Amino acid sequence: MGNKQTIFTPEQLDAYQVQNKLNGLFYRYRDLAPQLVPLDYTDKPDVTLPYELIGSMPELKDNPFRQRIAEVFSEDGDGNMTLDDFLDMFSVLSEMAPRDLKAYYAFKIYDFNNDDYICKSDLEKTVNKLTRNELTPEEVRLVCEKVIYEADLDNDGKLSLEDFQHMIIRAPDFLSTFHIRI
Amino acid sequence: MKEPCTPPSASSSRSRASWQRRAQSWSCRRGAEVGSRSRGRMGTVCVPVYPGLQPQLGLTPLPQTEHSWHQALGTQRSIPRDGVLQGGHMPRWAPSLWALSTPSLTAHILPPSPGHPAHLAPPDTSAFAWLEPGQGEQHPGDSTTLRILASMPSRTIGECRLPSCPPPGATLARATPGWELSHLLQACPAVPAAAHPSVLLPPAGRSRGAIISQYYNRTARLRRRRSRPSLQQLSRTARPSLRQYDLESDPARATLQDKRSLLAKELLSLSPSQRSHMLLSLPLCLAEKRALWRELDEQRSPLGLRPHPTASPSPCGWCKDYITLGCRHLWYRLLALLPAAQPWHYALKQISGRFGSSVLSYFLFLKTLLMFNVFSLLILLVFVVALQAAYPPAKANQQPFAGFELLTGAGYFTHSLLYYGYYSNITLNDPSASSLSGSVAPSAPPRLPYNMPLAYLFTVGVSFFATCILLVYSMYRSFGESYRVGSSAGDLAIKVFCAWDFKVVQRRSVKLQCENICTQLKELLAERRSRSCPLSLCQRLGRVAVLLLAWVLSLGTVLGCVVAVHYLLEHMHVVQQEHRALAGSTWQREGILLVLPLTVSLLNTLMSHLYNLLAICERQDSPAVEVYVAICRNLLLKMLVLGLLCYHWLSRRVVCSDEECWETCVGQDLYRFMVMDFVFILLDTIFGELVFRLISEKRLKRKQRPEFDIARNVLELIYGQTLTWLGVLFAPLLPAVQVLKLLLLFYIKKTSLMQNCQAPSKPWQASRMSTVFITLLCFPSFLGAAVFISYIIWSVKPSETCGPFQGLETIYKSVNVWAKLMEKSSPNITWLTWIQQYLVENTFFLFFVSGVLLAMTYCHIQVVKGQRRIICLLKEQIANEGEDKIFLIEKLHSIYQQKEERA
Repeated sequence: MGNKQTIFTPEQLDAYQVQNKLNGLFYRYRDLAPQLVPLDYTDKPDVTLPYELIGSMPELKDNPFRQRIAEVFSEDGDGNMTLDDFLDMFSVLSEMAPRDLKAYYAFKIYDFNNDDYICKSDLEKTVNKLTRNELTPEEVRLVCEKVIYEADLDNDGKLSLEDFQHMIIRAPDFLSTFHIRI
Repeated sequence: MKEPCTPPSASSSRSRASWQRRAQSWSCRRGAEVGSRSRGRMGTVCVPVYPGLQPQLGLTPLPQTEHSWHQALGTQRSIPRDGVLQGGHMPRWAPSLWALSTPSLTAHILPPSPGHPAHLAPPDTSAFAWLEPGQGEQHPGDSTTLRILASMPSRTIGECRLPSCPPPGATLARATPGWELSHLLQACPAVPAAAHPSVLLPPAGRSRGAIISQYYNRTARLRRRRSRPSLQQLSRTARPSLRQYDLESDPARATLQDKRSLLAKELLSLSPSQRSHMLLSLPLCLAEKRALWRELDEQRSPLGLRPHPTASPSPCGWCKDYITLGCRHLWYRLLALLPAAQPWHYALKQISGRFGSSVLSYFLFLKTLLMFNVFSLLILLVFVVALQAAYPPAKANQQPFAGFELLTGAGYFTHSLLYYGYYSNITLNDPSASSLSGSVAPSAPPRLPYNMPLAYLFTVGVSFFATCILLVYSMYRSFGESYRVGSSAGDLAIKVFCAWDFKVVQRRSVKLQCENICTQLKELLAERRSRSCPLSLCQRLGRVAVLLLAWVLSLGTVLGCVVAVHYLLEHMHVVQQEHRALAGSTWQREGILLVLPLTVSLLNTLMSHLYNLLAICERQDSPAVEVYVAICRNLLLKMLVLGLLCYHWLSRRVVCSDEECWETCVGQDLYRFMVMDFVFILLDTIFGELVFRLISEKRLKRKQRPEFDIARNVLELIYGQTLTWLGVLFAPLLPAVQVLKLLLLFYIKKTSLMQNCQAPSKPWQASRMSTVFITLLCFPSFLGAAVFISYIIWSVKPSETCGPFQGLETIYKSVNVWAKLMEKSSPNITWLTWIQQYLVENTFFLFFVSGVLLAMTYCHIQVVKGQRRIICLLKEQIANEGEDKIFLIEKLHSIYQQKEERA
């Protein structure tokens, strides 16, 4: 408790949106690799934890999308995370994040090939991950077709961020399900 | 796509406008043709949509989608990927397409030449010389083209979707001669050293510069049009396309730093709360947000100099800095303590990790109820109970505590703070202790007289009123979340993208969730297939018969229960009177008191199980309907029984000894009902969950465990809460009992859940159901209790010999007496009497207020209806325009092919 203030400078603290969870999150981050992460963050040390460590957190361990989540939130796109990325991830996944922000990142998570559209192949991957490859290819194809038919407003055969956000508005449960309690 | 009507010949010498018109009407006709799809009606409406909607919603004329454009070409993403608008990649007819789509800008490129077919032909080389390969990005034609490109409202926003967008993983070394990338190149040196070096590598092709400028431009553009909208007033539908604004307002290609400061300037114009909200919703990484904060700080101090603690010259400034710093530290310390103040955080996490959002919704509801009760308990405790405890009445409590009272609420508890009868009707801190109804005016009134009857009445009133406001507010919140205007069925898409519950962490539950989603998807697919083949007549008749039978049975049992309770009430009345005459042992007498609550709770529990059985027989199609039906039946039973009991209490047929108030007896009855309800919930948990699991695991060797029945459990909570609200007037400490009960329930239910239950197999719309629950809590439960209490206050005569309102006509009369007293003692607060006379007593005012409220509700409903219509029309418009564009592109393609062949 005593060294709480010395972890961050007040200026750093200002920028975080999950201020009340900040210390908890910092210690969670540090627990992943106590030998790598210093206790003092006031001089902005350049520490990056590899994906293997991030993905082994109990909150992410069994999540089928864990790799995507880590990739989306990491600066380098490979899932290796600095403390900032880590805080970013859990602030977006906290209950305080607004719907638009959540939708934006959810879109990026489901956009496996990073082309800013959710196309058929992305959808197939999503469905397969959701069902652990239990559906037959035929069923997967049908599901993907229907999903695109339902959500694609401009008939271009793939979902843009706007399509996705539009769909998310109609999904009342999204806010509660796209949320990791930390 | 089949094309039933021949498209207009584009090489004709019509003017551009008529060409467009034709294209539109053509697509309308085609829309009618596509009517087999769900957007079928557009054929009939699409023509009036265009003129009407555009000014209203600020849409740019003829929005077109860039993707459909690619799609039509079959080039998909090859154009944007390869970078800039260079010849070779760009179809040669492209500029004319833009020209077509944006008539106002056509003049820049194409001199209008009506009467000549050439206006559709590619213009002379100088007009699109920028298309030629080898031209640098700095070509003068560049910005015009981009402008035109931008004016095709892409539905993709929030990123740089320009043709020059860097492909994923692009490094700066590649340096595609692109617009946005050059942007970045310029911006890079300006990035502060603190920023991460990877700022140069925007992940996934989304540059943060673009995002920043998007948000900046959200206001900058609109300010020109209107006076000054705030960043937040912009609705999603009106959100502008990024590139257009970026182009228009950033002709000089601002650097990232510039953009950041522009955005900071915009943010500064907002109020602090709006600003932090805006910052929250920016999809930027933390490093960037920190830079923004720094920028904000700099701009806030006028000289651009942040006061440095070391550099401040005067001791005053130093002191100020020090205090600010100290306050900040304190604030962060408090914030760090906040998680500790959130009760049950870990427990809730555990539950959601294993059982998902649906079961969690039960516990959250329980938590909400707990908050309600703690709130009203605090009010009552401070203003009524504590003060009465400080000035206890002269009469001492004679009865000893025996232990059995905990169940019956009688005996020792009868003359305690728990019940109405204990409270006195005097001004508490007045030594002469004159009663309110007594006409003897106190000789020396205390400085702050505390009138118990008034305090009692007002505190109960205020706690009800506050609860009402809280309830309505939470209802409004949850309605806003779960029912949105313009929502329509997109089950499969929502299922795929929103079904995964990220909260679930336990491996077994994750597996179960996968299986659930899999079966649900299969069911949805099967449902689509089977929609076309309806059931046979026989099957349908059978189903109707089963449904009818189930409903008759359930309604019959409800009626039977009510009649049974009625006769039991009559019978108990007689029995109690006999016993009182005989003066039997207290144990026997109190045992008799328990018969009624026992029966009612037993009926409630048994009937809910019976309804579950009926639901199994019915085999409803959708689980949601099943849940609603179960809720409907259970609620009907519980509310009817409660209504009967209320009638019984109001008709004052409670058997009471003469020295007791009838109010106390009603309070005792309610206490007993609550305790019995709790006991039965416990029994139900033990037998329904624990024993069931033991039998199924040990005896039947099955892996299956019982599921947590959310609907039934929530209804039990609502029932308990109704009892509490009904009893607040008669037993001010009843909320305390309820708080205790809820606390125990939380731990018992949680333990039982963890030990005995498995994750639910049915899909469950958690947020929609919690809306339903809070509505049920508000509508029959709270409203019923409020009506009951109001009736008692306004038109039932309170007890003659005890309680705070003894000797008065009705409870409400105490206000009249007090108002008169006030008027007499201090004439300068006559306005209080006036308010009481004209606003409360006069019915006209009440009618007026409710009339206004009704009118407002009606207006809101109409507005929502209108919005719904607009949304429908807009959807049609989007679909139409997508098709328009495809058609135009096809048309142009064919024209150019013809031209090339000719050449």
